[in-house]
Amino acid sequence: MVLKIIEYLGIVFGVIILGLLYGGIARKVIARIHRRYGPPFYQNILDVLKLFAKSNEASHGVMFNLGPVIAFTGVLVSLFFIPLGSFRPLFSFEGDIFVVFYLLVVAPLGMALGAGEGANPNATIGIARGLTLMLGYELVFFLSVLAPMIHYRTASIATLVTVQSAFPHWNVFPFFISAFAGLIALHGMMGEKPFDQVIAPHEIASGPMVEYSGKFLGLLQLYHAVGIIVETGLVVDIFFGGGNWLTFILKTFFLFIALVIINAVMPRFRIGQAVKFYWKYPLVISLIGLLIVTIWR
Amino acid sequence: MGLFKFAQSRSLWMMHFCTGCGAVEMPPTMTSRFDMERFGIAPMATPRQADILLITGYLTVKTLKRVIRSYEQMPDPKYVIGFGSCTLNGGMYWDSYNTIKRLDLYLPVDIYINGCMPRPEAIIEAFVKLREIIAKGEANGWKKYKENIKWYKENQAKVFDVKKWSVIKWE
Repeated sequence: MVLKIIEYLGIVFGVIILGLLYGGIARKVIARIHRRYGPPFYQNILDVLKLFAKSNEASHGVMFNLGPVIAFTGVLVSLFFIPLGSFRPLFSFEGDIFVVFYLLVVAPLGMALGAGEGANPNATIGIARGLTLMLGYELVFFLSVLAPMIHYRTASIATLVTVQSAFPHWNVFPFFISAFAGLIALHGMMGEKPFDQVIAPHEIASGPMVEYSGKFLGLLQLYHAVGIIVETGLVVDIFFGGGNWLTFILKTFFLFIALVIINAVMPRFRIGQAVKFYWKYPLVISLIGLLIVTIWR
Repeated sequence: MGLFKFAQSRSLWMMHFCTGCGAVEMPPTMTSRFDMERFGIAPMATPRQADILLITGYLTVKTLKRVIRSYEQMPDPKYVIGFGSCTLNGGMYWDSYNTIKRLDLYLPVDIYINGCMPRPEAIIEAFVKLREIIAKGEANGWKKYKENIKWYKENQAKVFDVKKWSVIKWE
């Protein structure tokens, strides 16, 4: 029991460090695309340490303080449902994929509750944009994941990982239409450009995070770091065959860097354009993928 | 504590309060030619998230109120960089009726960059210097502001209504 607790604490710590390193390397990659030198790859770790060393931060009430905690907890709990390479998830049962979908909403909602109490108009606009964008990508993502779920008659992530045992059996090959739509949905879920309306720094001054400072902002950075691993990890488990811890890290890393490269050369959609985009092209693509799967089996 | 000090000196988030013509030197400093992100300096959108308040150019009485309000909203430790001659002695606006001449009467300035205009190299040099003095623990402007708050508020009261524009309590 104690060993298990230590093991999962280790996993959480490792995932946080890994997520921060991914973020730092992403900044480096973006800088190289801009023909800059870029910050050191461990820059995000230094940023978080600095934020936790701040001595006084603004607070606007209890819910404002709890917001980042709820966001971080939400994303940590969803981490325990996702097979991370050779680590078995803490909770694994038939239907856990639905639980993960619910838990992924907890984090943005916590942030919305917290930032809402700050009563900054920029934060309110950011929250409204975030929840609107969620309408777009959640539907597409769920429909695209539904294709392998229907084909294998399972709603458990661990089972979906075990059916794609080796390289040529990855779900991305038979379900490439659904996987394509799923990747577009992942792009919006990660908030990469052109879907970064939620934290548009030049427009609404980093949106929901506008009033957060010091330790709260540090917690939000950790939430973002774990979110990277959870979201790319979910897609890697469902479409790219999981793997052991090394291949899992490599797969999530290359998936994330591919999204970052698209992010580096893209402008930003308006929020209306983003939702319209999601409900026009990826939704139709994912529906076609679903149709093929249901007819074929 | 050494690790936190190291992180504080290597990760500086900056809010550039672009009042005067100095703003034109910031885009080349941030973008590919001079790239200040390699020093861990990133522009931030709000005072709540920032460590550095960079004041580029002259301050009219009207903007000084906003600058001081922004400064007081920043979390400690925080640093102020005065950019250009205007923040030192008024620069070319030394006889203007509505600008202030010395910034350090109103805010504790950690580092000045002189010149009109300072080039991006000078800005980056100032950041590197600021990094050094933070690592040594000498960038104590924010402590000075807390200790001598009465003096600063008296000076500020000479040019505008401090009661209306201050965020912190000092009496």
